[in-house]
Amino acid sequence: MAAAGRVLLVLALMCAVYGLFASLYGAQRGGGAWVHSGRRAMYSLAGISAVCFVILDVAFISSDFSLQIVASGSSTTTPTFYRAAAIWATQQGSLLLWVLLLSGWSSLALLATRRRVREIVPYAQAVLFALCTFFTGLLVLFANPFTTISPAPTEGAGLDPLLRHTTMMIHPPMLYSGYTLLLVPFAFAIGALVSGRVGVEWIQVTRRFALAAWLCLGIGILLGARWSYTELGWGGYWAWDPVENAALMPWLVCTAYIHSIMIQEKRGMLKVWNASLVLLTGCMAIVGTFLVRSGILSSIHAFVSDPTLNISFVGLIAVAVIGSIALVVWRRDRLRTDAQLDSLLSREAVFLGQNMILVALAAVVFWFTFFPLISEAITGNKISVGPSAFPPFIDPLAIAVVALAGIGPIIPWRRVTPAKLRASFAFPVAAALLALVVLALVPGVVGHGFALAIFGAGTFVVASVAQEFVRGVRARQAMTREAAPVALARLVRRNRRRYGGYIVHAGVALALVGVAASTSFQHSRTAVLAPGQSVSVDGYRIRYVRPTAAASPQKITLGAILAVSSRRRPVATLHTEYGLYPSQDPMHAIGRFFNGSDESRVGLKAGLTQDIWTVISPNVTPLQGLISRGDVLLGRALLQAQTLPPAQRAQQLNVLFAYRDAIIRELTQRFVARPWKATFLLIVSPLVTWLWLGAILAALGGLIALWPLPRRSVRRRPSRPRDPLRAPDRAPETARERVAA
Amino acid sequence: MDLVIIFVVLAVAIYAISGPLLAARGPAAEADDPVAGDPATVIEPGDPMSASDGPELDLIAELEAARDAKYQEIRDAELDLRTGKLSDEDYQAIDQTLRAEAVGILHELDRARESERELPSAS
Amino acid sequence: MDPSRKRAIRLSVALTVALLLAGALVYTSFSAGREELTAAQLLRQARPGQSYVLAGTVLNGSVHRTGDALLFSVRDPKQHVAVPVSYTGEIPDPFAQGRAVLVTVRRGSGAGSGFIGQQNSLTTKCPSKYKAAAASY
Repeated sequence: MAAAGRVLLVLALMCAVYGLFASLYGAQRGGGAWVHSGRRAMYSLAGISAVCFVILDVAFISSDFSLQIVASGSSTTTPTFYRAAAIWATQQGSLLLWVLLLSGWSSLALLATRRRVREIVPYAQAVLFALCTFFTGLLVLFANPFTTISPAPTEGAGLDPLLRHTTMMIHPPMLYSGYTLLLVPFAFAIGALVSGRVGVEWIQVTRRFALAAWLCLGIGILLGARWSYTELGWGGYWAWDPVENAALMPWLVCTAYIHSIMIQEKRGMLKVWNASLVLLTGCMAIVGTFLVRSGILSSIHAFVSDPTLNISFVGLIAVAVIGSIALVVWRRDRLRTDAQLDSLLSREAVFLGQNMILVALAAVVFWFTFFPLISEAITGNKISVGPSAFPPFIDPLAIAVVALAGIGPIIPWRRVTPAKLRASFAFPVAAALLALVVLALVPGVVGHGFALAIFGAGTFVVASVAQEFVRGVRARQAMTREAAPVALARLVRRNRRRYGGYIVHAGVALALVGVAASTSFQHSRTAVLAPGQSVSVDGYRIRYVRPTAAASPQKITLGAILAVSSRRRPVATLHTEYGLYPSQDPMHAIGRFFNGSDESRVGLKAGLTQDIWTVISPNVTPLQGLISRGDVLLGRALLQAQTLPPAQRAQQLNVLFAYRDAIIRELTQRFVARPWKATFLLIVSPLVTWLWLGAILAALGGLIALWPLPRRSVRRRPSRPRDPLRAPDRAPETARERVAA
Repeated sequence: MDLVIIFVVLAVAIYAISGPLLAARGPAAEADDPVAGDPATVIEPGDPMSASDGPELDLIAELEAARDAKYQEIRDAELDLRTGKLSDEDYQAIDQTLRAEAVGILHELDRARESERELPSAS
Repeated sequence: MDPSRKRAIRLSVALTVALLLAGALVYTSFSAGREELTAAQLLRQARPGQSYVLAGTVLNGSVHRTGDALLFSVRDPKQHVAVPVSYTGEIPDPFAQGRAVLVTVRRGSGAGSGFIGQQNSLTTKCPSKYKAAAASY
């Protein structure tokens, strides 16, 4: 099947190249058939990529170690679910996933626009094909997933234990979906600029793709944070790691974009800004992919540092950035508009302010992330900036974004009178002030300015969103006499963008409240405990009850049960474990079970008000003497066994392996039978759960905003603008008659 | 098995990609995409129904998009009034402006449709 | 006020704020940043009492634990040089020999002493994709 895969990849590349030229030819000559053929080539590319992906996935699931990436990234002992997902744990597999997703989303976009924006589509199609050609070319030339090895090993290296986590299996497809979806509006923006069709239609046809990209990136970021919190043994969810930032930057710019396109749709304003934003998000998607795939920045995520790939990516980024700037400058006259902001007291002004802040946030993250490279270019030395440099810039900008997220929903478009503004602000401001007063009374809170500000702004947002829902339901009920739940459902159904967006705002505010609380009021302690000993953390008494241990040829687990109590009342029982996976070290028959990969299983009691989190770091030094003796004895016996005739050798090896497994079990059980002290990291963090719940709420709001309206048949005559709160009219008039009344 | 897969994929791809080019050379070439299905059941608002290509059609589509956006603005303003964000005076002023803008777009749309109808149809 | 004048004022304000932000970023980066040094650079440049960020790969066979301290050597990616480090604090789960690491160190007191890692300053690259060249010198 590897041969089929290799040939199909070449076929995919040919499709991409053909599609690129067919689209350009069709654009230049006005040949609809060529553009149509190009569109079919994209469908074909998506299909071929899918077949390649299936072939590779079957190879992973069936443990076909004749394929190099299967041998390096999987094993027969890896659970089936992780084997199926291990494909994107490899460089080549993840590039193939990228091509599959890009061609898939592109196919969807081209299908949706096959009768629209006909002057734009050929160029957009060409851009998408250019990107597909690049990534498919990388696969064919530099990172072929179907490279074979001979002879095929009988066992693979296995998936790293840190990645054996459900969230980590979904995280990469979500992020890649986000990146590739961002390239659809990017391509259409280029098409619009090249063709000169810079009206509102290209935005309307690609808006959902931008929103879907925002949603997928957000979910990917959330999953990564969750994995960090529950799998990595440091107790945090965000470390301003370069690869974390690589997903955050396009997400921030995309957030700005999906807000500011509303202004262009309604007022025809900000065309230059929107064109620049969408091109920037596309470039950031490529930069993000580059950061993740290259080893150019020191990161927990950074993968193989391949100079060939790096140079290719840098070339693509340069073309994308320079080309984008050139296009905007070339078309600046067409992008200019005479429309003005009616008033600073308007939703447009709030969106504009929020845009500036979001872009500033992205700029800060970009600068600190790339500073090692920038400094190296300027001074010759790589200077890295630690995570502590971010908060002085991020915190005030985040407060401003949250505050504006509360103002946006309650201020109308175009303008508002001061009296109406006061009426709209009264309740949310009162709620925020009340929250601040209550919190100020809690000991220890007042000194944390950032947290207080976020609490106040977050309360303001939630109150303003709640007010909007209540007002909307009441207004609908006044007209339709529906019950409140029915009115609410229909209100949201008829105004999905608006109310879905409000839910997103509330979710983001809640998430940031969780971030502020958990970072500002966290109590953390490292303690070395023997069974029976206890320690205090933030008013909780945490006692090391007993050790646990388990051993198998695949993994050794050393753990602990901890009892958490408060004022002598039991609160929780935590079970934390440290997993040791054997290395391939041939020199240490016993020692390799203790010097391979390791991973922590966090002991976690999550609650609405706080999380109690712990990991164990067991010290295996007390076993070292026995391990070394075992290495020597067993090593000698294994060497002797190699000199025996084959039939006797196999028998003797089986005996020795059984003996080895017994030694491992015995050593492991010593941790239980004769326990020694272990190091624990103990953390009590308030409101962490609000981060996850807020993020889920934001994702739900995004889904609502994304969900299409029910289909209805086309009418030749334009209908009058429907009442946003009432059921559809039975006898529509033309808008002209309506507006003339 | 490898050869079968390659052959099948290649055949499907060639058939799909060459279809439009071959159809365009036929006597009754239709610009509409046969993959999309029966155009009569297309239900996307604002879709141009004409079988001809041309910049006029794109202009009509653009104006229809602008019209739909303007209608949405009118609805949003009405919603803002009903939910108490706008005063009656502000709403009246905004609504009048929006409806005037909508009428302008409708006039442009009518003109564009007239010139599209006057064009000789594609053979 | 004339709309173009309003636009000019808004643009000036935005540009001024952007310049201030940029200035603050540059200042913070150079003042708070730490130079990433390879093992060879560290041995050449390190002065007692000053902290440096050491970047490199954990030398195969160099990892030992004594009590609370983790001992390992970090090798230079381009030269046959390695620096011994004694580290206490959180050890990231991905840490192992052959993996790329970043650790903040300062030169230990006493002649011939290695480097002491700052507590909780150790970071490691993701292991599943990183392929280090085998090095056991």
